[in-house]
Amino acid sequence: MVAMNYRGPFRVRADRNRPDPEILHPNDAIVRVTRSCICGSDLHLYHGLVPDTRVGMTFGHEFTGIVEEVGPGVKNLKPGDHVLVPFNIACGTCPFCRQELYGNCHESNAEATAVGGIFGYSHTAGGFDGGQAEYVRVPYADVGPTIIPPGMDLDDAVLLTDVVPTGYQAAEMAGIKTGDTVVVFGAGPIGIMAAKCAWLFGAGRVIIIDHIEYRLDFARTYAQCEAYNFKSLGDPVLFIKKTTDYFGADVCIDAVGCEAEGSTMQTITGRKLMLQSGAATALHWAINGVKKGGVVSIVGVYGPTGNLIPIGNVLNKGLTIRANQASVKRLLPRLIEHVQAGRLDPKGLITHRVPLEEVSDAYHIFSRKLDNCIKTILIPSTAAA
Amino acid sequence: MENITENVVNEHSHIKGWGIDADPANEPTYPMKMYTGDDHRRMNYERPPMQPKNVEILQSNERPSLPAVFGTSTPPTGLSGKIRRYAFKFSEGSWGHWLPLMLADRVNVVEGIVDDLKQGYVPNIFKERGWNAEWKYNRNKAIQKIAIGVAVTSFLLTVLVYRKDNKSSN
Repeated sequence: MVAMNYRGPFRVRADRNRPDPEILHPNDAIVRVTRSCICGSDLHLYHGLVPDTRVGMTFGHEFTGIVEEVGPGVKNLKPGDHVLVPFNIACGTCPFCRQELYGNCHESNAEATAVGGIFGYSHTAGGFDGGQAEYVRVPYADVGPTIIPPGMDLDDAVLLTDVVPTGYQAAEMAGIKTGDTVVVFGAGPIGIMAAKCAWLFGAGRVIIIDHIEYRLDFARTYAQCEAYNFKSLGDPVLFIKKTTDYFGADVCIDAVGCEAEGSTMQTITGRKLMLQSGAATALHWAINGVKKGGVVSIVGVYGPTGNLIPIGNVLNKGLTIRANQASVKRLLPRLIEHVQAGRLDPKGLITHRVPLEEVSDAYHIFSRKLDNCIKTILIPSTAAA
Repeated sequence: MENITENVVNEHSHIKGWGIDADPANEPTYPMKMYTGDDHRRMNYERPPMQPKNVEILQSNERPSLPAVFGTSTPPTGLSGKIRRYAFKFSEGSWGHWLPLMLADRVNVVEGIVDDLKQGYVPNIFKERGWNAEWKYNRNKAIQKIAIGVAVTSFLLTVLVYRKDNKSSN
């Protein structure tokens, strides 16, 4: 089959001779991929920032597909079902899954205990090949995969596997109160979706901060929020203080993670010398920009080693920090309602549709933010077979 | 307070779905909201059937056993595999775990090129790095990079030739 093949930092290709996936467990399914996305967090792998990212792996944790084959233990799916597959690999029975912490499943990641298994996200997230391929093995097929509701656009469905739930959960974890001022760092797809979802929770003011003008323009229209370029703000923390009568934002959301720009010290120690798990600039700003007693919600991805953040200010300000990988299965029923009611328009984020065979160019465009790219989907030639 | 809330509602009437998920009773919110106490039973729950292990899987030493399913992509091999096996002697809280894994990743890149060549495949590194897209959407920068590359290579070649000439004349 054709599948994306990671060859090292900044090097990927589509290979035609990759082995087809097989049923390896009674609860597995094999899915023929119809849409897959490149996620902003895939770029952390692509840039070589996530430890135990092995050459030869296939990335891709956002995908939809048609069930081709199921293992003998699968009860809820049958061949021919068109499903959207949450990025979390979750057993549904461990104590964490029973608390709907599907991103923290205890039965899907051999290599690390902090996070559950994730499709195509290095061996630190379980060593599963992902969906940037024609076919993919889906473990625990009765738990995560959800049949796409009739009439739902596939482009909407594929964004329900990660972008929409992660953005929504960022706003949910922030515990937004009616009228709150919410500052979102990062105008990538997740940050834009978090800004959009903050309104659903009754935010009074939503501000998004980034440094890429075309994304800020996009965010203003798509998420109906204020958007500012931190390069022209000077000190974003001071800006937040001034615009909130020197109180600070009620809530700050970090939707950037380890590849933040904006601080020379963080960039050099985090991204160039790799002395920390990437640059924690956005998290720094979030902690310093939020009010005393406020909430910082983190959905930006950081590596597993450690980061320089002002933990003393967290203590002194009495902050609440909430963070987790999105629990996609938990959120899907509500999010499907929002999409069907027109309150959320996931496919409006998609700017690039690229054949799977051109995956090298697709990664480069997304990574370098060329051609006003917001969100890229990959379409295998077998999608319509 | 009521007036403030009423004003906020009116100000946002143009945003579809504004406030529809607002729930003052939603405290503590996720990830704590569904706490069941099941954690106290530790590993005493009905586990799914185990996936047969047919390839080498490196297991975190913070787990008592393999999980019921695991990924079988790219098992450890070669020098990078040896480094990875060493890394897994340390817990996830240790630099001794993560730094060797980063080193193994870099070694693995060289192994990948060697493997490609062994299979008679010469990797097109420019294509793999997406240079077609760079040329299409960022041509000035691409030309700049090529010019810098040519200049640096020419300079290095000139220095080498100059040194060689000097040595032979001595």
